[in-house]
Parts: sequence; structure tokens; C-alpha cells
Amino acid sequence: MDSFDVAEFLELWVFLEATPLLWLTITVVAYAIGDSLSKAVNRHPLANPVILAAGVVAIVLVATSTSYTTYFSGAQFVHFMLGPATVSLAIPLVTNWPEVRRHALAIVFALFAGAATAISSVYVMAVLFGLDSTLIWSLVPKSVTTPIAMGISVEFGGIASLTAVFVIATGILGAVMVTPLMNVMRIKEPAARGFAVGIAAHGIGTARAFQVNPVAGLFAGIAMALNGLVTALLVPIIAGLV
Amino acid sequence: MIHAIAILLAMQLVGEGLARLTGLGIPGPVIGRVLLAVLAALSPKLRKLVEPVATTLLGHLSLLFVPAAVGLIQHLDVFASDFWPLIAALSVSTLLTLIVTALVFIGVERVLPPAEAAGKEQS
Repeated sequence: MDSFDVAEFLELWVFLEATPLLWLTITVVAYAIGDSLSKAVNRHPLANPVILAAGVVAIVLVATSTSYTTYFSGAQFVHFMLGPATVSLAIPLVTNWPEVRRHALAIVFALFAGAATAISSVYVMAVLFGLDSTLIWSLVPKSVTTPIAMGISVEFGGIASLTAVFVIATGILGAVMVTPLMNVMRIKEPAARGFAVGIAAHGIGTARAFQVNPVAGLFAGIAMALNGLVTALLVPIIAGLV
Repeated sequence: MIHAIAILLAMQLVGEGLARLTGLGIPGPVIGRVLLAVLAALSPKLRKLVEPVATTLLGHLSLLFVPAAVGLIQHLDVFASDFWPLIAALSVSTLLTLIVTALVFIGVERVLPPAEAAGKEQS
């Protein structure tokens, strides 16, 4: 390739790089690759499409030394769809309403037990490891969706951006752990499996649950929504005790 | 399809508005979900209209978390100072939460079986 072509290519790159289209396309293509790989290995928990796709995108970003801000200018369109997806959960909720009502009691008890465990266990671990108070309070709301978690974190002296990172890490950990763990525990019921991952690992856990079973996905979505509310209630109470 | 998208966006918009007005800290999309659930329960026609788009969106929920997960990879330096304590705290807490939630869910239904199971008069 002579130098004229390189210059032309660079010019094209500079043009494309500045448009949201490039990063939007890369995000969707990376997910399509990740999703195909995940399907090819029968939805193996370690072949999580979120991890695979994010890995592909991260390699592209590093290779082209692109900032996250530039990347997000395109990726924001995908990110935005989280809102309509949250609204969408109304449909399986209505379709399976008798099933949800049947499990109402289990939902209430598991919700409070799970939320309290999520908050207190990470608090105790963080204190035992001698982490400073900023890190501790950034960790505490890690099991709920990012906007709620950031709100809680800041209120108690955590840092919102740290919390955002811990929330995503927790989501990925829960999504990877849930299937092998529930198999070891011999818990087969999709409602219980889904509810557990929705409490522990919010939306990323819910995404995993929907890939495995629609009923598990529904219960994960319910758990995630309720846990956001209960965690916002419980953290001030637990903070008052310590 | 376009009607379904319009309905989902409108529900979210109304939800965001109500979230602002009430100031209860309930996210707008969650309020939008409750509104859509009420409407879809009242009108099976509306439910059928939104269903295909809702199913597609929820089936590819993983896609929607890719930008945030890329953010995680870009900010791994957050873990640098206390890598093992942070990973251990997050992993153990997530594991315990999964165990406790699933056991309580199953346990409650073992003590007080849900109506349908009781209806079958299992002894």
C-alpha cells in the first residue's frame, strides 16, 4: 500500500470515528458474535454474551486508542433501550400473572432475605478486609440497577462512578455463577432460580435468566425491580446500626 | 411493530414524568412498566400488539448491557488498589445472596405450598 492510500484510509477513519454509527455498529456486531458463540456452546455460563461482546469492543477501543466518551456517543443508542426493555417486562408479567400470584409469599420473603444478605454481606466483607469507608459505601448497593445504586452510594459517602463499576462487576459475577450454583443446590424451579439472580445481579442477571428460560427471566425482572426499592429502604436502616 | 414501540416509549415517558412529580425514587421505566401492565391486563388486544417487540427486547437484554460492560473494562483500574479484597467481597456477597434468596424462596413454598399445589391435595 503506498502512502496515498494510507492517508485516504486515515481520512476515512477520522470521518467514521467521529460518527456515532461506527460505534453503534461495532456494539451490535460484537453482540451478534458473542450471542452466536454463547449459543454454539449451549449457553454455557462462562460464555456470557455480555462479557464476549464487551471484550471484542474493548479490544477495538484499545487498538484504535478510542476514548470511552467517543465510544459511548454511538453506544448510547443501545444503552437507551434499557428503558423500553424495562417497560416491556409488563407483558410477561401480565401473561404469567397467575404464576406470579401463586409465588407471592415466596417473593416477599425471598426479597427481604436476599436484599438484606446482599447489603450486609458485602459490608461485613469490606470491613473485614479493612477497605476505607468510601469504598465500603460504594460497594454496599452493588446488587441493584446502576441509577438506584449510584443514588444510594452517594448519600452515604460512596463515589457514584466506583459504584457503577461495582454494579456491572456484580451483574457479571451473578450471571456467571447462577447456573452452576443452582445445579449444585439442586434447585430446578425456574421461578426460584430467576428470582435469586434478579436479586443478586440485577439486569445482567435478568438478561442471563431470559436466555435460559422465559419464566426465570420474568421472576428475575420482578426481583430486580423490587430489590431496587427494598435496598433503598434497607441501606439507611443498616447504616443506622453500624 | 411501530405501534408497539410507540406504546413502550410513551409508557416510559409518562413513567419518567410521574417519577419526577412524585419524587419517590422509583425509576421512571419501572412506573411505566406498572402502567403498561395495568393497560395490558385490561386490553388483551394491546397486550398482543406489544408482545412481539417486548419478547425481542427481553430476549436480547444482554445487548443493552454491552456499553456498560465496556465501561467496566475501561475502568478496571478502580480495582487496582485493592484488587483481591474487592473481587472477594463482590464474589462472596453475590454467592451468598444467590444462595439465601433461592433457599428462602424454595423454603417458604415447602412450608406453605402455593395454592395450586395445595389444590391437588398432596399429602
